[in-house]
Amino acid sequence: MDKHRWLWPSLLATLVVTALMSVSIGPLHISPSVSFNAVMHWATSIELGIVAPHEQLVIDNVRLPRTLLALSVGAILAQCGAVMQGLFRNPLADPGIIGVSSGAALGAACCIVLLPQGGEYSVALCAFIGGLLTTLTVYRLASSPTGTSIVLLLLSGVAIAALAGAGIGLLTYMADDLALRDLTLWQMGSIAGAQWHYVLLSLLTLALLGWQFNRSTKALNALLLGEAEARHLGLDVDKLKVKLILLCAIGVGIAVAATGIIGFIGLVVPHLVRMMVGPDHKQLLPLSAMLGAALLALADIGARSMVAPSELPVGLVTALLGAPFFIILLLKQRSRLI
Amino acid sequence: MFKQLMPPKAAHQDDLLEVRQLSVQIDQQTVLSDINLTIRSGEVTALLGPNGAGKSTLLKSLCHEVTPTCGDIQIYGKPLTLWDRQQLAQSLGVLPQHASLTFPFTAEEVVAMGLYPLSLSHQQGQAIVEQQLNHLALQHLKQRRYPSLSGGEKQRVQLARVLTQLAQSPRPPILLLDEPTSALDLAQQHRVLSIAKALAHQQGYAVIVVLHDLNQASRYADRLVILEQGHIVRDGAPRDTLTAATVRQVWHYDPLIVQSPDHSTTLLF
Repeated sequence: MDKHRWLWPSLLATLVVTALMSVSIGPLHISPSVSFNAVMHWATSIELGIVAPHEQLVIDNVRLPRTLLALSVGAILAQCGAVMQGLFRNPLADPGIIGVSSGAALGAACCIVLLPQGGEYSVALCAFIGGLLTTLTVYRLASSPTGTSIVLLLLSGVAIAALAGAGIGLLTYMADDLALRDLTLWQMGSIAGAQWHYVLLSLLTLALLGWQFNRSTKALNALLLGEAEARHLGLDVDKLKVKLILLCAIGVGIAVAATGIIGFIGLVVPHLVRMMVGPDHKQLLPLSAMLGAALLALADIGARSMVAPSELPVGLVTALLGAPFFIILLLKQRSRLI
Repeated sequence: MFKQLMPPKAAHQDDLLEVRQLSVQIDQQTVLSDINLTIRSGEVTALLGPNGAGKSTLLKSLCHEVTPTCGDIQIYGKPLTLWDRQQLAQSLGVLPQHASLTFPFTAEEVVAMGLYPLSLSHQQGQAIVEQQLNHLALQHLKQRRYPSLSGGEKQRVQLARVLTQLAQSPRPPILLLDEPTSALDLAQQHRVLSIAKALAHQQGYAVIVVLHDLNQASRYADRLVILEQGHIVRDGAPRDTLTAATVRQVWHYDPLIVQSPDHSTTLLF
């Protein structure tokens, strides 16, 4: 524990710097000190320095919600990835790879196309239901008494993603122009056009997940011994599994409803953290949340500056970074897979 | 005179575990039938029998991993099904046959997982973990990653974890071992069984161990329970139970039997 103490302050510093970069960088360049003053003014109404009204406006309505959404969704996805890897006892579990994000996207797409007047929160609810059903299906398909098979897990993910893709494809034919735009956005993943109510929803979700996951760290560690062994330690395994699956489905559902499918954050981040501090969930989960937040905000900065003045979907950026990482992991796991 | 005034010691005082008329059916097949067994404190009981005789199923029913079709299991005088899991975990520990860990915890972290059912402060927990690391001679390995350990070292780490779990037991603990020697070399096999024997004889544990090696069983166990096709066919001290006739009947094998030079154990080949 002691030798990792430097990680907390350095990750925290990274987080703050990334957040400040995220509110400063964009078509309208705002210097970091001005952005800092503007954010402080927004948060506390204290005037630390002169901020032009149009700069304040851009920060309040565009940059700040976008940054907060990137941070909270990144933290949610990274934590859900870490928890799913523990739950499946499988280092390749990730909401994107095993198809949970696709299921949530299908839920969201159903809502957008079939219930256009359902309101914003019904999209989130449908994404949650879609995510939950997929998690349960994948878990059923891939688990055996000795754990989950990597091959079955990935194949279930492929099957579910194909099914969800077909469903979304079908829905695009039924969709009107407005819904079509939303759907395309969903499948690529984007944080552009972040809205305050989604920012609030994902911050609340993050708080819920952080609180509940933090209470389950010991149980998650014990679960890694195997289900039977965890039961012999006095753990109510079934209750824990139901709880964690529900929480992950809420997390992924809200993340997908807010930003669409953003892959690989849940895979890459817990791996990097494990390399640094080991697999103990007590450290893994909070550190993953911080690194995930910073990484997604950074990817979002990349998404909006690489092809400026146009924008890339952030899901594309995370896939560009994450897919090679996934291939490297697969290479390392080859001996176990074959 | 005074002795007569003392109340007679209750006969069941040392009976930690009692199995009555236990039957288990899995997929319409009878795996165990009409098992009656009383396990006492301070004894090593070995469960023996050919493959498929029901040894592992019996062990699994004792730790609630398999639900009996009928019959009754009482642990410390209370039906197994009525026990609160966490309470029971403080007194009933199970050493798994193969324990693989997907993620590279250190040996010390694995041992500390045994603290899960105990409500202790960090310092108290750490003291127990240290004690068990010393007890099983694991101090030099505690920072090593579990997957990098040898089979024998893994087994000892797991045993230290289970003993950590039982360290605060308010009653004599029950320790179940499922083929603990199957993946170990000769010296490691004897090391694990000596530890189990010492726990029973010195600390009053009730140890129940599934074994394949009959000689190991007769050397380390106080009592052998021999199963054949789901029935208990012999139950008693090694000297009385492990006879040529029994081995012929149960294993369908004609053994060569010799007495060890000091006449303490019977050896079969």
